[in-house]
Amino acid sequence: MTITQDNGVLTAHLTGEIDHHSAAFMRSAVDAAFVRTSPKELVLDFSGVTFMDSSGVGLALGRYKKTREQNCTLVLAGLSERDKRMMKLSGMQKMEMVEFR
Amino acid sequence: MKKSVNDFKMNVLSRSVNESFCRAVVGAFAALCDPTVEELSDLKTAVSEAVTNCIVHGYRDRPGRIYIDAALLEGNVLRVKIRDKGCGIEDVSRAMEPLFSTAGNERSGLGFTVMESFCDSVRVRSAPGKGTVVTLTKTITGKCDE
Repeated sequence: MTITQDNGVLTAHLTGEIDHHSAAFMRSAVDAAFVRTSPKELVLDFSGVTFMDSSGVGLALGRYKKTREQNCTLVLAGLSERDKRMMKLSGMQKMEMVEFR
Repeated sequence: MKKSVNDFKMNVLSRSVNESFCRAVVGAFAALCDPTVEELSDLKTAVSEAVTNCIVHGYRDRPGRIYIDAALLEGNVLRVKIRDKGCGIEDVSRAMEPLFSTAGNERSGLGFTVMESFCDSVRVRSAPGKGTVVTLTKTITGKCDE
């Protein structure tokens, strides 16, 4: 996973498999960068993800709580159709300040 | 009752690093039936959810063992039983409701919902203080080598 920042947009390029085990590391890294940079937009880019279970949904929901508090937009990008379907089971597509790209 | 034509059993320590190992092993077993990519992904996702439940809820991050018993039944039906000897579930119906979770903000509460979405059937048997068995079944459209 790599994290980049550009003009107030913090992007976490997630890679590999996301499960309960790997999500813990991703969560810590994204949260540390989020606190450090206070972005106006946080992008979770799933295009490098090869497998995801509902831990990926938990990762997004957990970050949403933080972005909402900071009036920051959460962008979920690069999701496969399958993973997008799983993400939508949580109702995230109806939440304010969440965008699917 | 459908007859088993192939099976395997294994057990692993309830460490989160074993989540990927468990779904990979079940995936390799399922691959013997030439599943579609989607069927394989569905099965691995459902297994990952059930194994994670054993670790997070059954054993509550304490050491224990997870027992996996997989069988290919007549008619290309895969049946995977995932069992723990952890704390069990007081109210199975409530635990299976979408978005219900007792594990805090970082869990989506979608584990059983995902299992139900990606398998033909999900059966849960649980006894408080004794443990939980989740039985997943999924029909594979490919052809198995007899």
